[in-house]
Amino acid sequence: MSVRLSEVKQGHSAVIERVGGSGALRRRILEMGMLKGVRVHVEKYAPLKDPIELIVRGMHVSLRVEEAAEIIVDDIQ
Amino acid sequence: MKDPHMTERVLTIALAGNPNSGKTTIFNTLTGTRQKVGNWPGVTVEKKEGLIEYRGQTLKIVDLPGTYSLTPFSIEEIVARNFILDDHPDVVIDIIDASNLERSLYLATQLRELDCKVVFALNMMDVATARGAKIDVAKLSELLDVPVVQTVGNRQKGIDDLLAAAVDLAHSNKPVPQKRKVRYNPEVEKAIEALQQDLAAQLRGILPYHPRWTAIKLIENDTIVQERVAAVAGEKGAAVFETARRQREHLADRFNDEPEIITTDERYGFISGIVKEVLTTSIRQRIDISRNIDLVLTNRIVGLPIFFFFIWAMFQLTFTLGAYPQDWIEAGFGLLASAMGYLLPEGLLKELVLDGIIQGVGTVAVFLPNILILFFCIALFEDTGYMARAAFLMDKIMHLVGLHGKSFIPMLMGFGCNVPAIMATRTLESQTDRILTILITPFMSCSAKLPVYIILAGAFFGAKAGTVIFIIYLTGIVFSIATGRLFRSTLFRGADAPFVMELPPYRVPMFKSLMIHMWDRSKIFIKRMGGVILIGSMVVWALASFPRPAEIHERHAAEAARIEARFEERAAGADIPRPELEAQRDTALSELDRRTQAEQAEQSLLGRLGHGMAPFFAPIGVDWRGGIALLSGFVAKEIVVSTLGVLYAVSDDESTDQALQHALRASGMTGLSAMAMMVFVLLYLPCVATVAAIRRETGSVRWMLFSVVYSTGMAWLMAFTVYQGGRIVGLG
Repeated sequence: MSVRLSEVKQGHSAVIERVGGSGALRRRILEMGMLKGVRVHVEKYAPLKDPIELIVRGMHVSLRVEEAAEIIVDDIQ
Repeated sequence: MKDPHMTERVLTIALAGNPNSGKTTIFNTLTGTRQKVGNWPGVTVEKKEGLIEYRGQTLKIVDLPGTYSLTPFSIEEIVARNFILDDHPDVVIDIIDASNLERSLYLATQLRELDCKVVFALNMMDVATARGAKIDVAKLSELLDVPVVQTVGNRQKGIDDLLAAAVDLAHSNKPVPQKRKVRYNPEVEKAIEALQQDLAAQLRGILPYHPRWTAIKLIENDTIVQERVAAVAGEKGAAVFETARRQREHLADRFNDEPEIITTDERYGFISGIVKEVLTTSIRQRIDISRNIDLVLTNRIVGLPIFFFFIWAMFQLTFTLGAYPQDWIEAGFGLLASAMGYLLPEGLLKELVLDGIIQGVGTVAVFLPNILILFFCIALFEDTGYMARAAFLMDKIMHLVGLHGKSFIPMLMGFGCNVPAIMATRTLESQTDRILTILITPFMSCSAKLPVYIILAGAFFGAKAGTVIFIIYLTGIVFSIATGRLFRSTLFRGADAPFVMELPPYRVPMFKSLMIHMWDRSKIFIKRMGGVILIGSMVVWALASFPRPAEIHERHAAEAARIEARFEERAAGADIPRPELEAQRDTALSELDRRTQAEQAEQSLLGRLGHGMAPFFAPIGVDWRGGIALLSGFVAKEIVVSTLGVLYAVSDDESTDQALQHALRASGMTGLSAMAMMVFVLLYLPCVATVAAIRRETGSVRWMLFSVVYSTGMAWLMAFTVYQGGRIVGLG
C-alpha cells in the first residue's frame, strides 16, 4: 500500500516508490540518493512537527513535511 | 638538488567535495593562515584561495564551494562548475567522505565526466572504520581510473601524499582517461551518441567543452550549457538544439520521466556497482555517537529549551565577557583623545581628530570584542555541526516568514549588532534567503538603539518605561516577520529554496580552524567598516561644524574672557575662598561651551538640514532638534542621544540622562511624540556600518538603496500612524 513519506510514523522505515514534485526540489532529493527502491528510515520529527529527519544510505537528511509529502513510499516496516 | 618537477608556472589545484566532507579542514591544513578570502565574481559566494610552496613549486589552492552535485541549480554549484570549465585548474582534488561513500561518489562521477584531471582524497577513513566500514582503496582507484590518497584531514595525515599525487598528475602527460566513466543504458547512450555526432558535424572546433559531456548536458536540459553553446554556435545551433529536443522527447516518452532524472538514477546505479565492489560493512552494530547526541539535542521536549539556552549563553558570553575588553578599548580611545588633545593645537584639526575621527571610530571600535566572541560562537556552532540542528529546530517558525531555519541565527544576532548579523548570513546557502534575511534583519532592534529608548521612555513613561521598550522590541520582530512575508510573496515569489539539508555527524572542532573562521569574518569588519566609519564620521563632523559663523565664536571668546576677568577680579578681592571661585568659573565656562555648541549645531549644515527637514519630521511629532539627532544617528545609533544632549545644551556629566530627560519634557514633547520617535528609531535607516555591510553582503548597491529607502519610508509611515492615530483618539 503506497502512502506519502510524510505519513510514515517516527521510527518506521519505507521504500521509495516515486519522487514527485518538480524542478530544483525534485532534483535535489534525487541527488541526495533518495531514488526509487531506496529504503528510508524516519528518524524523528522536529519538536514543532516539521521538518522530518530521515536516514537514507546511512546519512541523516532533513526534509520539510510538505517536501516529504511529494515522496510516495511503500513497504512500511 | 633541483626537483625534476620544478617549473616556473603556478599550478592551480581546486578542492571540490560535498559539504561536511572535511574539505574546509583540508584546505586549512594545506594553506594555514596564508588564505585570501573574497567573493566569486558577481556573486556573494565566499571564495577562498591560498598560495603555498611545495617541492620548490608554487601551488594555488582554490577552495570550491561545497556541493553535492554539479547541476546548475544552486549558485554554489554553478560557481564550482564554471571554475573547472572555464579556469581549467591543473588538477581537481575531490574530497570523498569515506563514511558516506555512495553520496560522495555522486559528485565524483560528475567530475569524472568533466574534462579535468581528478585526484580523490579519501577522507575520514577513521570515522568509516569506527562505523564498521572497510574500503578497498586500490579497487576504487582502479574502477574509476583515478589516483586515490587516504587522508584524515584533522590529523594532517596523508596531506603530503595528496599534494604529491596532485602535482604528479598535473605534470603527467597522460590524457584524462575516457573510460571508466558512467555508462548509461543503451537508449540513453544512443541519444548521447546521436547528439554528439550532430555537435561534431555542426560545431567542430568551436565547441567550448568536451563533446560527450556537452551532449549529456543538452539532454539533461542544462540551461547554462545551452546558453554557452548558443553563444558560440550562432545560426548553426538551431539544428543541434532541435536534435537535443527530439532526443529528450524520445527518452521522456520511452522512460516516462524527464531525461535528467533518468541520468541521475543511472549515475547512482553505476555508483552502487562500485560501492558493492569496494565497500564491506561488518554486521556489528554501528557506533553512531551523533545519533545518541541528537536523542538529546533535537529531542521533542528538551531540544528547543537547550537551543535557547545555547543562544542565551552565546549572548551572555558576547556581552558580559565582551564588556571587559570593551572597557579597555574605550579607555584606550579616551587616552588617545586626551593625548591628541594635548599634542594638537586648538583649532579645526583638533576638532576633526577628537570629535570626528576618534569619537566616530571609537563608538564602533568598541564592538570589536563582541564581534570576535560572537563569531567564535558561530564558528563553534558550524564546526561542531550544531548549526544544522539549529536550523532543524527553528525551521518551522522561520518557514512562516518564508525563510530557512538557518536564518534564525543572523536575525537573532541583529539584537546585538546588525553588522555581524548581516555578515552571518553567509551561512545561508541560497542567495534569495540571504538577501531576504539581510533586508529584514535591521528591524531587529540592535543594542545601540537601546540608549535612545531608555532616554525617551524614561522621560515620558516613568515606571512603565520597561513595558514600552519591550513593546518597541516586539514591534520590530512583528515588523520583520511582516516584511519577510510581504517580500516573499512579491519580490521573491516562488523562490523558496528546498530545505533538503544534511544533518552531518557531530565533530570535535579544531581550535585552529575555529580561529581561522573567526578571524576571516572579523577582518572584514575591521577593514571595511573601519574605512567606511572613518569617512562617515568625518562627513557628519564636517556637516555639524560648518559653516562656522564668526559671530558665534567671537561672542564665545568675548564671554569667556569676561568670565575669566570676573574670576580674576573676585579672586583678587579674596573674600570668597579661591577653590570655590574656580568651581564657579568652571561651571560658567562649561555652560557657555554648551550654549555655543548648541548654537553652532543649530547654525551648521546639519542644523539647517534639520530645520529644512522639519516639515518631514513634524507630522511624526519630532521637532528640528529630534530631526538633527536622528540624522546624526546614521553614524551610529548611540549618537542620537549625545546629539540631543548637545542640542538641548545639557551638562556633560553623570546626570546627563536625567538632565536630558528633563529638557525633553520641557521642550513640548509628549509621550505620544516620544513613542512615535522611538518607532522611527526602531525602523529607520540603519547606521553607516550596517549600510556598508548590506552593500557588501548583497553585492549590490541597488539592494542597499532599496533597504535604506524601504526602512526609512516604513519608519515614517509607522511613526506617522502612531502619532496622528494617537492624536485622533486623544492621546496627544
